[in-house]
Amino acid sequence: MSNVAGTTHVRRVPWRRHLGPVALTAAPIGLLFLFLYYPIARLVLASLSGGSLQHFQRVLDPLYLQVFSQTLIISLYVTACCLVLGYPVAHFLCAAPSRWASVGFIFVLLPLWTSVLVRTYAWIILLGRNGVINRALLTLGIVDSPVPFLYNVPGVVIGMIHVLLPLMVLPLYAVMRRIDPDLLKAAAILGASPLGVFAYVYLPLSLPGVLAGFTLVFILSAGFYITPAIMGGGRVLNVAMILEQQSRLDLPFAAALAICLLVITLFIYGVSSRLLRGSQAWS
Amino acid sequence: MACRGVSFLPEEGLELVGVAKSFGSVTAVAEVDLRVHPGEFLTLLGPSGSGKTTILKLIAGFEVPDQGEIRLAGRDITVIPPYRRDIGMVFQHYALFPHMTVAENVAFPLRMRRLKDRTVQAKVEEALALVKLSGLDRRRPSELSGGQQQRVALARAIVFGPRLLLLDEPFGALDRKLREEMQVEMRFLQQRLRLMTVFVTHDQEEALVMSDRIAVLNAGQVEQVGTPDEIYDRPANGFVAGFIGESNLWKGVIAGVHGALARVGLDLGITVTVAVPEPPKDGSQVRLLVRPERMQLLTGTRTADNSFEARVHQMVYLGESTKYRLNLPNGHEVLARWSTPRLAGPRVGDTVRVGWDASDGRLVRWD
Repeated sequence: MSNVAGTTHVRRVPWRRHLGPVALTAAPIGLLFLFLYYPIARLVLASLSGGSLQHFQRVLDPLYLQVFSQTLIISLYVTACCLVLGYPVAHFLCAAPSRWASVGFIFVLLPLWTSVLVRTYAWIILLGRNGVINRALLTLGIVDSPVPFLYNVPGVVIGMIHVLLPLMVLPLYAVMRRIDPDLLKAAAILGASPLGVFAYVYLPLSLPGVLAGFTLVFILSAGFYITPAIMGGGRVLNVAMILEQQSRLDLPFAAALAICLLVITLFIYGVSSRLLRGSQAWS
Repeated sequence: MACRGVSFLPEEGLELVGVAKSFGSVTAVAEVDLRVHPGEFLTLLGPSGSGKTTILKLIAGFEVPDQGEIRLAGRDITVIPPYRRDIGMVFQHYALFPHMTVAENVAFPLRMRRLKDRTVQAKVEEALALVKLSGLDRRRPSELSGGQQQRVALARAIVFGPRLLLLDEPFGALDRKLREEMQVEMRFLQQRLRLMTVFVTHDQEEALVMSDRIAVLNAGQVEQVGTPDEIYDRPANGFVAGFIGESNLWKGVIAGVHGALARVGLDLGITVTVAVPEPPKDGSQVRLLVRPERMQLLTGTRTADNSFEARVHQMVYLGESTKYRLNLPNGHEVLARWSTPRLAGPRVGDTVRVGWDASDGRLVRWD
């Protein structure tokens, strides 16, 4: 441009130019407000009905605190198991020859495309007193009486792992995919044994994926309803179930419970995105 | 010259004996024999797909040869995993660990060898000083320029006193000026540390600048091994002649030998005289190589052993020299390269007399 600095004018963009982007985002933003932020605002108002924090005080009742802690503990179990199971799977998807990787991908994604309800009932058929697994164990003489897999915490955890595992694998895969294979070779030639390569290079570089998967699965676990309700058979309670129950009995209290869960979730999200930023400081 | 640290001195060289490697039905390396002497800088030069990178991977241990043996400092390392080979390597894109600082990167090979903290610190400082990066030790690789990153990669590759240094096209990502600077510096450092080095490149100029010896590779085979001037001036065959530098390469038939001179009938349609160290067989098919800069512009009374007239078809100005494409009357093309004259030189369309002396021609093998 040969324009001398002083003579250049800022060309004004006609307002109509902005119309496109605004129109494109208006619909989703409108939907978010209508179906997310507005209901949440109503929820907050409902939880404060009566003009005091009495509903929140009820949440502090040991009974409900125990449900909260059980929910979080189950979530932690589920998330930890998903991580342990998902990490090698994600690594396999990255490292395997593309033919095997695509087969692996189908196995990972298939559950995602199947209804949660179908998958959960399938587990009941597998894990029941007279289910496939128990019959096999009895026939093989490994156990004398059926193992109670259902309507208890392990059952809930198994069902939830199955539903949530893909959501751990996918973020892990996305991060592992971006790890430069030359870094692993460099570590090896510089003297790192296979274990050293993993511990000092691969694991630290995959940490953002670990964190992302962990957060995603944990947050979803904390609010999970269908699978825990069916696999727990009403004997394992979590916050979502109490919520469903109380929404019919005492709406302001249910609102207070919901807000507590929301705050916990946001807190976890905040901490993890903080850590995520720390773990990606180099890029 | 003072040599720092005896640990940089390998006892013996690197030796590849009958090493071959195929990937599926593709032969990447076909029975290669190669020796690198202690302290020597050897370049593997070849076009892509010539097997040079595969040879480097075999030396590093990232691949295992199908047959043959690799010996380093008297030890058979053919199947030893990379981390027990004591080899330093600079990767094409440096492969610096992004989650570590410069100092942590350089310390990595020392940590893997479980050296004491104090030793590690001293060696890291020494290595960073060697590559002129003192003071940047707490930066992350992403905060460094390309040239600085390469220095870190080099420091990391030599800090533990490896028996062998491998360089995998490390200059490709740098701009021209920086590249030339780094070439000179790396070569200086390599000589100072007497570090046995194998360097892979497809850039012939780079190979000529840096190497003690060059191995020219083609289709998985070593075409010629020699010093840069041997490779340039006495190429073993047509491939080497064509790959290194620019060349006039003509097919011809020996039409008679008189002592140290041979008459060659070229398919250009002219017969020329060439000096030959050992007399070739009469009637044998050969190629004749004349480098463009050996062509002489014959003005006034100047003569040459072989001369002919040609028309200037194209000129390429290169600063200190100018490249000419000349056409013979029968349409064949001849390349010439002359230092740019102070006054007007030949122009496009001019007819000039050019020639070369018998001692400037080289006979190379037909194939």
